[in-house]
Amino acid sequence: MAELKAEPTAGGRPRPISPHLQIYRPMLTMVMSIVHRITGAALYFGTLLLAWWLISAASGPNAYANVEWFMDTLVGRVVLFGYTWSLLHHTLGGIRHLIWDTLHGLEPADREMLTVATLVGSIALTVVVWVIGYLAMGGPR
Amino acid sequence: MVEITLPKNSRVTEGKTWPRTSHATNLTEFKIYRWNPDDGANPHIDTYYVDRDDCGPMVLDALIWIKNNVDPTLTFRRSCREGVCGSCAMNIDGTNTLACTKAIDDNKTPLKVYPLPHQPVVKDLVPDLKNFYAQYASIEPWLHTVTPAPEKEWKQSHEDRTKLDGMYECILCACCSTSCPSYWWNSDRYLGPAALLQANRWVQDSRDEATGERLDNLEDPFRLYRCHTIMNCSKACPKGLNPAKEIATLKKALVDRQV
Repeated sequence: MAELKAEPTAGGRPRPISPHLQIYRPMLTMVMSIVHRITGAALYFGTLLLAWWLISAASGPNAYANVEWFMDTLVGRVVLFGYTWSLLHHTLGGIRHLIWDTLHGLEPADREMLTVATLVGSIALTVVVWVIGYLAMGGPR
Repeated sequence: MVEITLPKNSRVTEGKTWPRTSHATNLTEFKIYRWNPDDGANPHIDTYYVDRDDCGPMVLDALIWIKNNVDPTLTFRRSCREGVCGSCAMNIDGTNTLACTKAIDDNKTPLKVYPLPHQPVVKDLVPDLKNFYAQYASIEPWLHTVTPAPEKEWKQSHEDRTKLDGMYECILCACCSTSCPSYWWNSDRYLGPAALLQANRWVQDSRDEATGERLDNLEDPFRLYRCHTIMNCSKACPKGLNPAKEIATLKKALVDRQV
């Protein structure tokens, strides 16, 4: 269906569009929807990172040493931490949307609770993954 | 498409501050969106001071007070003043609601009042809702039947009637649709929460015999599936309805009929 356009004014001026994102109060579920999008986009870059790691592991010790060096830098750690969180956050967000698709958790208190749970859960799980990772490595190097 | 900024002719500028009425001691500051189609200027925010000792408790009371006592050119829609007509829907303190049922004291001050978001502006707080109404018409909001009409009325059990609760109460104020970012970016193709809630109202009606056709009409990547469960609609609804849930019901009905 084509959008019905508003008629211009008598003087032929186009009508302004009323403010939207600029003035709407940030709602938790709205902000989390935006974060879901952003983490989804971040996963593309994270997957490249993963591919780089796998390809280098297959290519030999020299290539792998490059990846190891990068992941040891502070920037590398931050990127990897961000990727871990994005992946877990996007996964939990996906589960939340799956629950909503089955018509559960849509009442006011439930949907806020699910949304907070996604955020808290993703942060907690990221920390758990990193603690396990460091323990497996025998502590930070 | 996602738009973060407003087009040049829609950017909001600082407007004028209207004088306080003399002798008033109990004042509340209002910042209100103004746009006049005849003066060639961009939209601007005017500041008003409302004498609360001379004014009713609701935001609509304040708007009427301003129009009567300070600035007769302030333009807005209103009718029933009790939340059944939906005329005074606007963005108050950052969320869409009805000015007549929103108490002044339930908002932060200065109290900001804008027209419903991302709509063409007719004047001041009056948005052009032509597209919104056309979308409502497109879901054919009336009973479709093929069996011959009964001698008297189309009957419905009490149980089937209760399936329409939470939908028949919708007053089409457009608070929900214009709160939805997906609707802001795609209102040319996405029907929006209000029209979809109404679509489900007819899909769920036990007397309606066009359920299949109605669902066919919604099976479209944009018309229905631009809903990303952002949930602003359900938070905005001044009647306490849950459009997000009704949309989820439609999505599920589309899946159910395939399995």
